[in-house]
Amino acid sequence: MVQFTLPKNSKITTGKTWPKPEGAKTLRKFQIYRWNPDDGQNPRVDTYFVDMDRCGPMVLDALIKIKNEIDPTLTFRRSCREGICGSCAMNIDGINTLACIYGMDEIKGDVKIYPLPHMPVVKDLIPDLTHFYAQHASIMPWLETKTNRPAKEWRQSIEDREKLDGLYECVMCASCSTSCPSYWWNGDKYLGPAALLHAYRWIIDSRDEATGERLDDLEDPFKLYRCHTIMNCTKTCPKGLNPAKAIAEIKKLMVERTV
Amino acid sequence: MAETKQVERPLSPHLQIYRPQVTSISSILTRITGNALVVAAVMIVWWLLAASTSDAYFDLANAVVMSWFGKLVLVLSLWAVWYHYLAGLRHFYFDAGKGLDIPTAERLGWACIIGSVVLTGLTLLLI
Repeated sequence: MVQFTLPKNSKITTGKTWPKPEGAKTLRKFQIYRWNPDDGQNPRVDTYFVDMDRCGPMVLDALIKIKNEIDPTLTFRRSCREGICGSCAMNIDGINTLACIYGMDEIKGDVKIYPLPHMPVVKDLIPDLTHFYAQHASIMPWLETKTNRPAKEWRQSIEDREKLDGLYECVMCASCSTSCPSYWWNGDKYLGPAALLHAYRWIIDSRDEATGERLDDLEDPFKLYRCHTIMNCTKTCPKGLNPAKAIAEIKKLMVERTV
Repeated sequence: MAETKQVERPLSPHLQIYRPQVTSISSILTRITGNALVVAAVMIVWWLLAASTSDAYFDLANAVVMSWFGKLVLVLSLWAVWYHYLAGLRHFYFDAGKGLDIPTAERLGWACIIGSVVLTGLTLLLI
């Protein structure tokens, strides 16, 4: 359901301003969303100052620096620091992206960091992705075959393999789904851009033999058709993929098999 | 084993923090213009019904519709018709699986916004 305002327990208050590092010449201000499940308080936005002369270029570098040197309680997910694991997806400067590959030089003014939008918060910048993963699992993200298993491997022509380019690179960071207003309002039933991009990846795989079942499963007023081609997903994808296009292709296949 | 405490998790902010951009603005404008036009249509129907009811009633309705506020609603409705029409064409194009890259989609979005204002101006000049 569309609800423009935040629930009472989610309203953001002004938090603590942490002391500036001593002897720093180039300071940058960071405003970061905080929520602690243990203190019974509402979320707040804390202010930190980072010495940019002693910090790496990416937003993740600054977050790690804050955690190491200013406030060890700051909580966020990170792993590969090179945009391949998808762990550090968060809302930076108003858009969803991966903190590890988003340069601070791309941001004007203060750096504002929030968790991925419209998600239940586990702590600070960590959203609960349980439902998001369950939706991905629901589209059968594997090769589904009916014919006998070949002796060696399922073969695919170079042309058919190329159809998967721009789809297989998705790292499931959830940036796209949580940028989608339709997913905000109907995320319980609408699968969202990430799961649908994966659905399309298996639908057009020449080796997959469950195309009909896959399309049947998506033939639903919510799962697929809550996509209104807003395109916030494609706009925000940190990997430069195009979920909106993938969804449009599924819609086209739906029409093609009816007429 | 430690007792797990049930906590009510907050919802992370969404509209409050997400950067407004052509993709989302053009979409929400389609919704707003569509819904506003329903309301405007009710006003126009009321105006027409009043004309077929009685002179006195029409004078009242006409005074409301022709007031500065009524005229403002009419001009905005004219813009809304143009915007909704152009946005419809844009979505028609999208539904064919075309124009779904960000540069094109954004250009088309701006074309709807600017085009609707220009067409509203032209229509006002002609009538």
